[in-house]
Amino acid sequence: MKENFKKALKLFLVFFKIGAFTFGGGYAMVPIIQSEVAEKRGWIKNEDILDILAISESTPGPIAINSATFVGYQVAGVFGSVMATLGVVLPSLIIISVVAYFFKQFLAFKVVKYAFMGIRAGVLALIVKAAKNMMKACPKNAVAYTIVSLAFILTVVFDINVFAVIIGSAVMGLVYSLLTNKRKGEEK
Amino acid sequence: MIFLQLFLTFFKIGAFTFGGGYAMLPLIQSEAINNGWLTMEQIIDFIAVSESTPGPFAINMATFVGTQMGRASFGILGGILGAICATLGVVMPSFIVILFVAKFYQKFKENKIVAGCLGGLKPAAIGLICAAVISIGKTVFFPDSVALSVVTSYVFVFSALLFAVTLFLALKKKMNPILIIVISAVTGIGAGYLGEYLGWL
Repeated sequence: MKENFKKALKLFLVFFKIGAFTFGGGYAMVPIIQSEVAEKRGWIKNEDILDILAISESTPGPIAINSATFVGYQVAGVFGSVMATLGVVLPSLIIISVVAYFFKQFLAFKVVKYAFMGIRAGVLALIVKAAKNMMKACPKNAVAYTIVSLAFILTVVFDINVFAVIIGSAVMGLVYSLLTNKRKGEEK
Repeated sequence: MIFLQLFLTFFKIGAFTFGGGYAMLPLIQSEAINNGWLTMEQIIDFIAVSESTPGPFAINMATFVGTQMGRASFGILGGILGAICATLGVVMPSFIVILFVAKFYQKFKENKIVAGCLGGLKPAAIGLICAAVISIGKTVFFPDSVALSVVTSYVFVFSALLFAVTLFLALKKKMNPILIIVISAVTGIGAGYLGEYLGWL
């Protein structure tokens, strides 16, 4: 029990550090998790890192939270997962709370207004890059491409609710996989 | 009650985001704008803030919206409570699901229903982020309204050129996002004062 408590406290500190020093979140955190949690401390095996990524991607929610919860649970049970998640969240919570207080006043300065005129164009480029990276991970088949186009057209042209689109595509993916599995079964 | 609303809205966003990071953007856009919490410009500006501060985008966004909304109705303490409610909301679905999955990992990995749904969810996230590129592009290039006359304006020409350059730096040079934001900010300041000096702004 005492052993677990100590481990959980360490988890909190390690993930606090991870949260405080990774910019860009999500995937940027994976190499740091790997060095801090697997290589330095041996809490989990190196090959399990890939599993963590696979799980984080196939469950809802931000990757940073998913990996913190998962690693915390593996190392020190439920208490460990609470402490790891708390650790990774806390730096953002503190920093952004402070930023949010000054953001409006900050934007009133002319020089800041001009800076953001430039920043908006730069941010658009960053989002295009994110979209391109996501495309690399897309399954390469006709159904996947159909869902990409449908999701795009339904939101841009028809202004359909995003949540409805997400639920609809999960159903489409499920129906497709059930149909192909059935066909494979018949061929056998 | 704003605090409950913040918690529930971000719970919903957390529960429906697959793939992390910018995959959350279309959902935040839909919810925050529909609720009148943020404008499109504010969301774009905040993406820059989130990129240049540590921490995951989802948590930063939840904290930011929570602070702003809580503070608007209940002052400083309200801001803190709002940030906590929104962040707790966005974290909770992950936390619950992962605890469950960690216990039954092997079964989860081999589950055909999970794999089938994911086959649809991954492409959907791509379609949605492309849609977000369109709506954000509209706000960046046509802040007031989409019209042909805007195309010759100083702000449009500047934004289009800077977008082309930063896109090149991001995709081809793989430049660090923070550096891209810094370069964009400095260029924006220069272009702003130059435009003012020339009487184009």
